[in-house]
Amino acid sequence: MAPVQVRTQEFPRASSRALANGRVQQALTNVMGHFDHAREAAIQELTPEVWERYRERGREIKRHAMEYLDFYLELLSERVEANGGKVHFARTAQEATQIVLEIAKALGVKVAVKGKSMLSEEMGLNHALEEQGIAPVETDLGEYIIQLAQEPPFHILAPAMHKTKEEVGELFAAKLGLGGLQQIPDMAAAARKTLRERFLQADMGITGVNFAVAETGTVVIVTNEGNGRMCTSLPRVHVALMGMEKVVPALEDLSVMLRLLPRAATGQRITSYVTLVSGPRQPGDEDGPEEFHLVIVDAGRTRLLADPELREALYCIRCGACLNTCPVYRKVGGHAYGWVYPGPIGSVITPVMVGLPRARDLPFASSLCGACREVCPLKINIPLMLVSLRRRLMEGAPGERGVSWGQRLLVRLWSRVVASEGSLRRARRLAAVFQRPFLRRRVVRWIPFPPFSRWTRNRDMPGLARRSFHELWDRDLKTTGRSKRP
Amino acid sequence: MKVSLFVTCLVDQLFPEVGESVVKLLRRVGIEVEFPREQTCCGQPALNSGFMAHAKPLARRWLDLFEESQYVVVPSGSCAAMLKVSVPEMFRQEAGLYERAQALAGRTYELSQFLVNVLRVQDLGARFPGKVTYHPSCHLLRELGAATEAQTLIRGVRGIQFVPLDNPDRCCGFGGTFSVKYPSLSGAILEEKLRAIEATGADVVVACDSGCLMHIAGGMRRRGMKVEAMHLAQILAQTAPAEGAPAEPKDGAGAG
Ligand code: SF4
Repeated sequence: MAPVQVRTQEFPRASSRALANGRVQQALTNVMGHFDHAREAAIQELTPEVWERYRERGREIKRHAMEYLDFYLELLSERVEANGGKVHFARTAQEATQIVLEIAKALGVKVAVKGKSMLSEEMGLNHALEEQGIAPVETDLGEYIIQLAQEPPFHILAPAMHKTKEEVGELFAAKLGLGGLQQIPDMAAAARKTLRERFLQADMGITGVNFAVAETGTVVIVTNEGNGRMCTSLPRVHVALMGMEKVVPALEDLSVMLRLLPRAATGQRITSYVTLVSGPRQPGDEDGPEEFHLVIVDAGRTRLLADPELREALYCIRCGACLNTCPVYRKVGGHAYGWVYPGPIGSVITPVMVGLPRARDLPFASSLCGACREVCPLKINIPLMLVSLRRRLMEGAPGERGVSWGQRLLVRLWSRVVASEGSLRRARRLAAVFQRPFLRRRVVRWIPFPPFSRWTRNRDMPGLARRSFHELWDRDLKTTGRSKRP
Repeated sequence: MKVSLFVTCLVDQLFPEVGESVVKLLRRVGIEVEFPREQTCCGQPALNSGFMAHAKPLARRWLDLFEESQYVVVPSGSCAAMLKVSVPEMFRQEAGLYERAQALAGRTYELSQFLVNVLRVQDLGARFPGKVTYHPSCHLLRELGAATEAQTLIRGVRGIQFVPLDNPDRCCGFGGTFSVKYPSLSGAILEEKLRAIEATGADVVVACDSGCLMHIAGGMRRRGMKVEAMHLAQILAQTAPAEGAPAEPKDGAGAG
């Protein structure tokens, strides 16, 4: 099986389906507002001025780290090895999966507990482990639920936010044989009990990485459930998976990043757990894994790095704020986007990762309202990147183009029309005749031709004005003298 | 002081009464208004759809037509953002043009920002009897940073009752070509805006962008809502009925 199924081509249909799905709509209405309010409250508490300073600092840290990425990755790798860990570089998601499988096989791993990792979703790691007879167990509650439901995450932070508690109850009954659970605390307790057994059975813990500190060889894992920390400390081996953009130069950079991430993500000052791991158990340590592996994965990230217009996408710390504020995400949710990363930042990253032609609808799935850029803790200019991708789709080689010849023709026609005032005037006369059969009291309610038909589907359309402003100007306005001040 | 009006293609073709209002209210405060007749469109629809090659000639046109202007005033946050932000950016690699575009961008203003920040007026002697709410369109708010200007002007209008909108800064779902690329999505986003408008109980929803107004008005009409959509300029242009301006909005005024 491919590392992970790509369904980005289905966005137009999948988004319509999501709009028609009452349960998805209900979940989005219930949850999305909370995220937004929590973030805003946290920023108010810190004061917007201070928040702004952290954002600037954060950007500077990321800009520098990406500029000298090769240097910092090398430094990180040296330090991790000096601490007794082992570092692996993977060019692709498949290579990364292969590395994890080999580590697991060498140790005869049967059960692997997992902390939340979006990168492992890119890799389709769970599936690959299962194929080798290794049982992956998601230990983040949300991830655990969608693993049971065999679904991809709906949101990068809250992967099961689209599930009602009734649905989760049914899922626990069907998959775990735990019937009759109705309240969320009971479900959480049941999951915790089941997971605890799995933790004790597991030989391997797999986690993602939020930040990796080059100077100390430390990986940082930010969670609220403490499951991540248990994955790093209980099993014999800890494998940490990181996209190569996660590196920051120095430990003190965390003082900026750890202020930005929780506030932007959940409105917390700090998460319940911040785990810093610097290698395996040292002589004299009471706990910790015997082996520590760090897998540093490219999987399309160097393409972003090499792209001056898209490089900033690597500044992303996956806080999810842009999803939470995006009018499109708030309406269609995560599954419609068809790959691992939904929402505004997903519409930038996904086309680069899975290929622009396959994801051609995503850059257009935005009203360019700019809310994402406004809330992003790293001030990533997502709208500008979406426009850049749109341009590639329009100007790219024929096979990579994103629009039909019909749309292309429309744009050509339009630019002829607006090329001069004269041609605009002539086109206007033509349009005035054309609109006549559809006009009812100066309004068009229905018109059968695209693109107008796509407008009148759910909105009325104004007819052309009786006189254009040009005509008004020539008739009345030009000669009207200046009236005196009131 | 002399102002060159860039009226925008949408106002030119669909809502000329907005342009008329702009001329009227600028003249009322003693400003000379000129209208370079050769203007058509700023090119934003092309740029935002990815056709930069089609947008550039239009940006050049604006530059050539308005370069001598003391000030350029645009009754649209979105088009003003195009001219002030995107156009210079588009010419970044082209020495000469970039500097010219930047210089002109510096003298180009969206209407409400021009009134409040350049002319420093808050009261234009307008009178409008009605209950209005205001939708800050996204590009005006976020690209041009106009957080308060329009509301300052609205509050200065005599006889007006202003009711704030819930979650005002949420997009109305227009998004230019987005509105026809994803009509149901655009409509679903609009739905929330309409509900917020309805909840205010206002008779009129005001904005500074005819695109958003066309979208909002189109949705309101389709749903049989009785709220009027009007451009800020239309509100500000209205004075006491004695002066000859109609106290009631004309049939089809605004974006309806
Ligand atoms: S792009 Fe910015 S807002 Fe979106 S997830 Fe990344 S860091 Fe957060």
